[in-house]
Amino acid sequence: MQVEKFYYDNKIVKAFGFATVIFGIVGMLAGLWVAIQFYAPQSSLNFAPTTFGRLRPLHTNAIIFAFVGNASFAGIYYSLQRLCKARLFSDKLSWIHFWGWQAIIAAAAVTLLLGFTTGKEYAELEWPIDIAITLVWVVFGINMLGTILKRREKHLYVAIWFYIATWITVAMLHIVNSIEIPVSFMKSYSWYAGVQDALVQWWYGHNAVAFFLTTPVLGLMYYFLPKAANRPVYSYRLSIIHFWSLIFIYIWAGPHHLLYTSLPDWAQSLGVVFSIMLIAPSWGGMLNGLFTLRGAWDKVREDPILKFMVVAITCYGMATFEGPLMSLKSVNAISHFSDWTIGHVHIGGLGWNGFMAFAILYYMVPKMWGTDIYSKKLATNHFWLGTIGIILYAVPLYWAGFTQSLMWKSFTEEGQLKFQFLETVTNIIPMYITRSVGGALYLAGALVMVYNLVKTMAKGKFVANEAAEAQPLVREVAHKKEYWHRVVERKPLTLLVLSLVVVAIGGLLEIIPTFLVKENIPTIASVKPYTPLELQGRDLYIKEGCYTCHSQMIRPFRDEVARYGEYSKAGEFVYDHPFQWGSKRTGPDLARIGGKYPDSWHYNHMYEPSSMSPGSIMPRYAWMLDNLIDTSSTAAKIRAMQKMGVPYPEGYDKIANRDLMKQADAIAANLKKEKIETLSNTEIVAVIAYLQRVGTDIKAEPKPVAENK
Amino acid sequence: MKFINYLEKISGIDIYGLTSLLIFVLFFVVMLTWVFKTDKNKIKEISRIPLDN
Repeated sequence: MQVEKFYYDNKIVKAFGFATVIFGIVGMLAGLWVAIQFYAPQSSLNFAPTTFGRLRPLHTNAIIFAFVGNASFAGIYYSLQRLCKARLFSDKLSWIHFWGWQAIIAAAAVTLLLGFTTGKEYAELEWPIDIAITLVWVVFGINMLGTILKRREKHLYVAIWFYIATWITVAMLHIVNSIEIPVSFMKSYSWYAGVQDALVQWWYGHNAVAFFLTTPVLGLMYYFLPKAANRPVYSYRLSIIHFWSLIFIYIWAGPHHLLYTSLPDWAQSLGVVFSIMLIAPSWGGMLNGLFTLRGAWDKVREDPILKFMVVAITCYGMATFEGPLMSLKSVNAISHFSDWTIGHVHIGGLGWNGFMAFAILYYMVPKMWGTDIYSKKLATNHFWLGTIGIILYAVPLYWAGFTQSLMWKSFTEEGQLKFQFLETVTNIIPMYITRSVGGALYLAGALVMVYNLVKTMAKGKFVANEAAEAQPLVREVAHKKEYWHRVVERKPLTLLVLSLVVVAIGGLLEIIPTFLVKENIPTIASVKPYTPLELQGRDLYIKEGCYTCHSQMIRPFRDEVARYGEYSKAGEFVYDHPFQWGSKRTGPDLARIGGKYPDSWHYNHMYEPSSMSPGSIMPRYAWMLDNLIDTSSTAAKIRAMQKMGVPYPEGYDKIANRDLMKQADAIAANLKKEKIETLSNTEIVAVIAYLQRVGTDIKAEPKPVAENK
Repeated sequence: MKFINYLEKISGIDIYGLTSLLIFVLFFVVMLTWVFKTDKNKIKEISRIPLDN
């Protein structure tokens, strides 16, 4: 049969590779900056866009979607062509995908810093960008499936399965979690409220880790590791089991982010059970990777690419062992809301994702430029800088997490809380400093890589279209004795649909009952919708990213009830679009902040936090004292809330601003009594109104009579 | 709120548990069957795909 000649498209891989490096550095710089703000709050520059609450979402989004995203696209487009023995389906789609994605990143960077955010972690981007993501994602999918359909290789190698599952699952997660009601251009409210919003968000959040940071990178591992080690993967059978069980089990585990919260108990338990089971496929994959190097460990000593991969895979194993442990309720009681979680995700982010990205860059660049790496020694130095960086980053945070959490839970012999919240923060400042040193080392390593790669490119000559040849695929008449899996494995669309079915099951079984079964969210009669002023204040709370440091979820523990007040109930959040439970307590919980301090305290605290709590590491929000509330948005906000079933009286949108001003004037008058002069339509007044409301509704509820069961 | 509350209060809630368990067991049985029934040589051949270009 005639052999066909064709060309691999290296140019698109190069473009995604460049984007990986550039946004990787940007994302790491943003990370270093927010890390420094922990011990030097003045480094927020007292400038709204560079405060922690806005810079932290920029860091997480840049690392996840710009750095790891672009690295995955580069690696997928490189390996997919070679595994399919075909050029990418359409050059035009490739470039639409590339520029579309970079435009989304640019839009994200600008809007996040300006404070446009949905307030849901890792899904902060506002609705127009959400739509753009969907469109570009579809382009990526068509381009990938098109390439697979015109392939010259009969079988779909397991890496491609991981790519397909990534595509379909991320599409599902993104669409379901981004259902929101637009209020205006760049402002929307989550369709879901309170407990349901939390469940959907962490179903998304957990599986963004699974299907954006794990499955594509596992696909890359299954291609680039055999290439770099020049031997097939240890067990292909194991990789099949790895694939199906991973995508099946992962999707159920989301509720482990909500243990001891107001989420129904059964959903929490389900999340825990599946999290524990996740150890099996994850470790199956890790061992499959490491065993591939059996008898070839001498190569690891020589080859920096393999060094990076070994540490990456080991970090994958560590993070996926640690994750299930942290989802045990007794461990979670300590780890949750603490820096332990941050240490945990950075083992995954710096170790698994970062090192895998570096490894494939070191592999692809010399190949595409037809040369060898400029300096193996520099690459090895990068490896060590990175590895030491990871250790210096993670270990102090584990320490900090344990220490702080145990301090939160300490009581004196008289039964009083032993430590003020602030004492537990100042106590771990040295850990924060060490962590930022680790991060700086890691960044320094990445800069060494940039130099090394630039030199490598200068040394070689870029091959934009790499010649290859292969026999075309002939349509085979089905053999009699053919197992159905081989049929599946040859038919990408069947695989796509099966993957969707497998990942949809878990989500459906968790989410649907929480929405349909009324008993899951018991209503509390005294919980009322927010007033217009409080609603505006709440939107400012979201805009400034307060949830990145403050939780609004008191777990039913003795210390939390003693420190913050009555534990949180599911029925308290029914009007919270979006929920603001948070995931980290750099500052204290705010679920019962309402009425705890006088208005003047909040005013002074926002202007200069350390004047009210000496030693506080909270940034200043001085601009809130001058900026005016945008009252022109009130009516639209009320109407959006009504659409979602929040019971404002009919026609309330027209008179909402009258109520808003009345309440604002009252707060301003109240402040005046304490010798603070302010206009009543400043942002600070709205924020005070909101903070004074949070968690107070339940206090109007008559005390329930104890029920014996 | 304990799980038992739902079992007691909601009619037909047990169907969720039963279906989940059934799906779960079936899923793994089917997957493991086909993984171990596949021809060894075929598997070997597929696992070498990344290496022959």
